[in-house]
Amino acid sequence: MSADVPASVPGPQSAERTRSDGRLHAAIFIVLGAFLLIAPGLFYPFFLMKLLCFALFACAFNLLLGYGGLLSFGHAAFFGSASYVSAHAAKIWGLPPELAILTGTLSAGVLGLVFGALAIRRQGIYFAMVTLAFAQMIYFVALQAPFTGGEDGIQAVPQGRMFGFIDLSNMTTLYYVVCVIFMLGVLAIYRIVHSPFGQVLKAIRDNEPRAISLGYRTDRYKLAVFVLSATLAGLAGATKAIVVQLASLTDVYWAMSGEVVLMTLLGGMGTIFGPMAGAAIIITMQNYFAGFGAWVTVAQGVVFVIAVLAFREGIVGIVAKWLRRPL
Amino acid sequence: MTEIFGIPAAALYGQLLLGFINGAFYATLSLGLAIIFGLLNIINFAHGAQYMMGAFVAWMLLTYLGIGYWPALILAPLIVGLTGIILERTMISRLYKLDHLYGLLLTFGLALIIEGLFRNGYGVSGLAYTIPPQLTGGINLGFMFLPLYRGWVVIASLVVCLATWFIIEKTRLGAYLRAATENPTLVQAFGINVPLLVTLTYGFGVALAGFAGVLAAPIYAVNPMMGSNLIIVVFAVVVIGGMGSILGAIVTGFALGLIEGLTKVFYPEAAATIIFIIMAIVLLVKPAGLFGREA
Repeated sequence: MSADVPASVPGPQSAERTRSDGRLHAAIFIVLGAFLLIAPGLFYPFFLMKLLCFALFACAFNLLLGYGGLLSFGHAAFFGSASYVSAHAAKIWGLPPELAILTGTLSAGVLGLVFGALAIRRQGIYFAMVTLAFAQMIYFVALQAPFTGGEDGIQAVPQGRMFGFIDLSNMTTLYYVVCVIFMLGVLAIYRIVHSPFGQVLKAIRDNEPRAISLGYRTDRYKLAVFVLSATLAGLAGATKAIVVQLASLTDVYWAMSGEVVLMTLLGGMGTIFGPMAGAAIIITMQNYFAGFGAWVTVAQGVVFVIAVLAFREGIVGIVAKWLRRPL
Repeated sequence: MTEIFGIPAAALYGQLLLGFINGAFYATLSLGLAIIFGLLNIINFAHGAQYMMGAFVAWMLLTYLGIGYWPALILAPLIVGLTGIILERTMISRLYKLDHLYGLLLTFGLALIIEGLFRNGYGVSGLAYTIPPQLTGGINLGFMFLPLYRGWVVIASLVVCLATWFIIEKTRLGAYLRAATENPTLVQAFGINVPLLVTLTYGFGVALAGFAGVLAAPIYAVNPMMGSNLIIVVFAVVVIGGMGSILGAIVTGFALGLIEGLTKVFYPEAAATIIFIIMAIVLLVKPAGLFGREA
């Protein structure tokens, strides 16, 4: 996927350079954290929480596409099934929110293990089609299974008290909890990408036969990153179910898989901050154009086409190229 | 009333016929995908939207211009194919040197645009298209009642699929096409206009989707979303069959339609998912697909 989109700008990769990049990223994370602290004064918190959930979803997806080089067209399956499981756990089993989110996240991880093990048997375009088809299977299951509520979904999910004392029905409290989950998620992704495991992943992405000849069992790495990505996408979906108090068919539909691809492509795949920017743009667009019906779909399609034809590096990718620093 | 495995025979044959019809659409659509993939190396995500366009163009020809079913059966695929050619020339052709996945992403965006535009214009409720008078009614075959139009759909798509197979495998044009699939540079060196061949191939694959759409118009309601769910099933069919063989695509399409029909009779809960389950099994047993050549 990355033949013409270098994830990091080529140049001397000295230890000094890497440290300086690390400092830059740390600075951006701190600015981001500071912004999230004051953001509720500027924007509607509910909108911000939704945005954060989708930004985490896009970052999780980017871990697989941008660093693993695997285009999954079925990530809605993990986002959506985690959303359903966490909603079910909170509403029917009466679990506290932290356990509901954990249950949802883990079930997405297990689903990722099953689908990943099957999907990595094919490459490239076939991989995309296989993941899309499996996600559609989950959609049909969600449509028919007794516990998902069919067309209605699971509504009025209780938010409850996290760890017994944090009251999530308070909008401000909920917002800061979502911020913490989001930051933990993206920092985990940052850590994975910059670990030795992440380096091997990039090697496999750039030249799989060579990685094999160096003795890496590439299938294991691919499966591992698939499961990690599915789990983190699940974390985003499970959190979203608690925030919006709803798990519905929209979460597992193929259009959702397409949306997360679009967010990542638009922001810049293989960049740390790109998917967040992409998610912010797409969610804002949906928010403001909500009254225009299917024109939102048309607009998304147009953005897709322009992004593929004109700027494949994505917005953050272009900025990174301009700054000559990986972002 | 006769029964087979505890199922009334008439219900069984009825579902088998439905399965055959779905299979006809799977076969025609996966054939188009396979032809496009063979030469262009892209998966045409807009295929479902183009199938939907075929149905809509037939409906528009009838509603706005009074042009009936039989001319539409030729005209609609031509029009849809022409729009495909324009898309290929203006956009898709810019991506050939890039990773194949960009083609998938671009055509996905195109599918969103096409479906969104039709949803804006015609809503999602679906429009009726009447069966042409020559094909209304049905005949009693003795063991079941066969609505004529449904029989026609199966026969028409079989004929089109086999004609496509004949053109590709047995004619000179098909030989050029197969050669260009193997080694486009060499074929170009022999003086064959490969870019033109590529454009026409895309147009033809898209026209096949449009043709399937016209066939589908009187059976299913003409609806902007009719293609999007179908195309995902067709992707699964393509993964099961592998895209290496034309006949393989046709056979897999019909076979999976029949299996789906049988599942509807014996275990209806799994009817929507059976094809995906078969895909999982095929991935385990023969990852390259039943007729696939890829390692």
